[in-house]
Amino acid sequence: MRHDHLLTAKQLSRADIETVLDRAAAFDDDPEAASERYADTLLALCFFEPSTRTKMSFETAAKRLGGDVVDMGSVESSSVKKGESLADTVRVVEGYADGIVLRHPKQGAAKMASEHVDVPVVNAGDGAGHHPSQTLLDLYTIRERAGLDDISVGIMGDLKYGRTVHSLAHALTNFDVRQHFVSPESLRLPRSVRYDLHEAGAQVREHEDLEAVLPNLDVLYVTRIQRERFPDEDEYEEVAGEYRITPETLDAASDDLAVMHPLPRVDEISGAIDETENATYFEQAHNGVPVRMALLDLLLNDD
Amino acid sequence: MTDTELRVSKIQSGTVIDHVSAGEALHVLKLLGIDGTGGTTVSLGMNVPSDRLGRKDVVKVEGRELSDSEAEVLSLIAPEATINIIRDYDVVEKRRVERPEEVGGVLVCPNRECITNAGEPVDPTFAVLDDGLRCEYCGEIVREDITAHLRD
Ligand SMILES: [Zn+2]
Repeated sequence: MRHDHLLTAKQLSRADIETVLDRAAAFDDDPEAASERYADTLLALCFFEPSTRTKMSFETAAKRLGGDVVDMGSVESSSVKKGESLADTVRVVEGYADGIVLRHPKQGAAKMASEHVDVPVVNAGDGAGHHPSQTLLDLYTIRERAGLDDISVGIMGDLKYGRTVHSLAHALTNFDVRQHFVSPESLRLPRSVRYDLHEAGAQVREHEDLEAVLPNLDVLYVTRIQRERFPDEDEYEEVAGEYRITPETLDAASDDLAVMHPLPRVDEISGAIDETENATYFEQAHNGVPVRMALLDLLLNDD
Repeated sequence: MTDTELRVSKIQSGTVIDHVSAGEALHVLKLLGIDGTGGTTVSLGMNVPSDRLGRKDVVKVEGRELSDSEAEVLSLIAPEATINIIRDYDVVEKRRVERPEEVGGVLVCPNRECITNAGEPVDPTFAVLDDGLRCEYCGEIVREDITAHLRD
């Protein structure tokens, strides 16, 4: 990988993705392999929006590489609360750390931050924009379960605001993947993402019902539909209910279907799925550590 | 002097923007920040017959030479426009507008969740697509009514 920063999944070529995934697989097989590699390396965790899971995953990855982290802490207790700009914050943090992991509520925040510092910036989620490290672990999981070519992937739920969806859709255009998007009309993919998929020549279909497409899927990627997106509770219940996965839903699916979810889930996947062979989301979450180790290894390595 | 040019008065110094797509003259004024309150003398020709375009608009602005960034944005709403810089009744410079690969500093991103609208030290920059503009920070695409997004 020849990138200085990881800002969007769009910047990743097929070769980049395969490099990260291969290295992640090596770390997964032998977690001790790189345990001393980054003994003097400090990674700054700047989370302007809470995300315990992503933050812990990066922290674990840094420590498994022998490095350590400094954590900005919650926004409430930091100088950001006093009105400091993001640009100033990252310029200060650059003086402490060898790399910055940034989660921020505004789209494009990571790109702007990267323009103000010389250390690598990893976008760990920018509003409804991108979440490329999540995408890498999603791809790793898909590769393990189904391979990354000649497959059909269904992506379902809130496709409008779901940044994990946007990043994943971009990345999948590098592979021979048929993408099926399933969502209520009001939560369809945004125009900018559809534009990119079209530009990339992706094989894309949009659906309102899962039924028609389910039997052909190798992977079903489920995301949460948030209550806040709907003007009233009843409307939300009606929509959300149709996009809930239960054992009955999966009757029509292939036995090998991998059901994925970026987590946390609320009730969009019933607990009864957890014990089935289809459940892939905990494995997916576990893959976050080796994948982020591989990513940090590639970004922090000077040679 | 052609009949077309006679329809609007000659200016002493300033800019004549010719071959503006018919109907876009008022958008050009908006782009230039001209609303009539600043005292600038402006002459407009709208739906003027044109050999090249069929119908065109012409905008003459007294005492003001167009900046490069204004000319870039002009290219997006009036791709056929020609810019004539006038000094002492003479055309001292004549050029076609060129579509740039990106425009910065003139437009604001319509996406309120974009980092360029968050009070940070960053210039909103847009990539020029075949049929619109795209924010290089949040990816938002602007297709219609580009002048609505001009910076105040
Ligand atoms: Zn923007």
